[in-house]
Amino acid sequence: MNLRKYLKVYKKFLHTSLASELEYKTNILVDLITAILSLVGSIFLLSIFFQNSGYIGGWKFEQALIIQAIYTILNGITNTWFNPNLTEIVKHIREGTLDFVLLKPIDSQFFISLKKINPSGFLEIMLGFLMLFFCIRINQINLNLSFMTLSLITISCSICILYSLWFFISTTTIWFVKTWNAIEVLRSFLYIGRFPLSSFSFSLRIFFSVFIPIAFITTIPSEVFLGLSVFWKILLEIIVATIFLINSRKFWLFALKFYSSASS
Amino acid sequence: MISNLINRKIFTLLKVQYSNMLEYRVEIALWAISGIIPFFMLNIWTNNNLNESINISDILLSRYFLCAFFVRQFSVVWVVFSFEEDSLMGKVSPYLIQPLNPFYRYFAQHLAEQITRFPFALIIAFFFFVFNPESIWIPNLGILLLSIVSTFLSFLIQFLIQSIVACLCFWTEKASSIERLLFIPTLFLSGLLAPVVSFPAYVKSWIYLTPFPYLIDFPANLLSGNETNISGGLIMQILWIFILFPLFKKIWSEGTKKYTAMGS
Repeated sequence: MNLRKYLKVYKKFLHTSLASELEYKTNILVDLITAILSLVGSIFLLSIFFQNSGYIGGWKFEQALIIQAIYTILNGITNTWFNPNLTEIVKHIREGTLDFVLLKPIDSQFFISLKKINPSGFLEIMLGFLMLFFCIRINQINLNLSFMTLSLITISCSICILYSLWFFISTTTIWFVKTWNAIEVLRSFLYIGRFPLSSFSFSLRIFFSVFIPIAFITTIPSEVFLGLSVFWKILLEIIVATIFLINSRKFWLFALKFYSSASS
Repeated sequence: MISNLINRKIFTLLKVQYSNMLEYRVEIALWAISGIIPFFMLNIWTNNNLNESINISDILLSRYFLCAFFVRQFSVVWVVFSFEEDSLMGKVSPYLIQPLNPFYRYFAQHLAEQITRFPFALIIAFFFFVFNPESIWIPNLGILLLSIVSTFLSFLIQFLIQSIVACLCFWTEKASSIERLLFIPTLFLSGLLAPVVSFPAYVKSWIYLTPFPYLIDFPANLLSGNETNISGGLIMQILWIFILFPLFKKIWSEGTKKYTAMGS
């Protein structure tokens, strides 16, 4: 692995995909409005939940807003990198263009995961950070170094888990050919990441922390922000993220063994 | 003679699309699963006893969300995505030559998909009743028929709205981002995530003038036996169709005049 070569290639990726995406300028504006509206909508839904009760699953309204902020950031990351690239795998396999990817003298997972970029996701990430700063103020959180590192670690772990989930689902295309809708299933499950895990019933909580670790993605970083998190939870998230990342790699290499190109 | 011809056309279209849809059974099953968000919402509502404040019992609320799931299953519309792809790929040109508005084709596609989806939705409902046996009920025949009619009307409203957005492809090429924007108010205001009764007063005062509550909340209330104004709801649905249909015809005729086929 030559790191400098990969950096250079990534710069080219950035350049070409930004150039092609910026052709649709109004699209980016529409996407920004969509992101803002969807944040407003979720806060509206939360306010309905909190209308007549002060706590949901032990979370106050101001605290639950942090989850919304983190969800918005992660959703922005999904829209910037995961969604445009990993939905492309489906296309590559259906149309047989994966052959061209595999023939390139570059790691295929790297190519497939980072080729494209959707700039409107950046605006959503910024929106999420704005919301997060607002939450830090209303919850009177003291920013110090250890807290900053911990939140950085947990959020990066969340990104890794999220990436692996998307990558797993997209890789199954090699067997099933059309998995657009599997991605929809993942999306609808991820939606529950907008709410604190403790607001769900026990069985769903188990399901969302053992089978599909959505619980780790937003709830644990938010707990870190509120200073509620216990050490073992953070450690667990790091372990889960590592396992997922390593397995996504292994799964890709395994799946490629079953890939028979379009006309063979 | 003419009506006979139209009947034959519609029948043939439906048959073709149905066999097409049957090929992608797994796809459609996955799609049905991706619609289970209402059940997660139900879990939050009942697990935190939020329904006490809006005077809906647990059982009625669970029926409401089950019906919301069903209504959503049979009113999902994706015409804008199909049309955008066809228009970007230049497939619209041959359709335009045929003596049949291409939207009939998409309409048949949607109906065929709903027929394919029906058994999967029933299976999901069966599992729902296994976990919530106390919420089993049998609506009387009249109500059942009325709610099927209102679900179909809701589907028609959404189909017309999306077709209008799809026609914007003639001008902007990427109309799906506008659809994603419109989906946000549909998601939060239609009653898919929370019944409209629970909305705060400042929203309730104007929401019944918009088409949103008639998309899911009204048919779901009707079917689940919750309180609702039956004749008022149906009249509003029909009224919206009467407003949207001429709009669609207008934008379609304007758009086809504007249309320049690929390579011309």
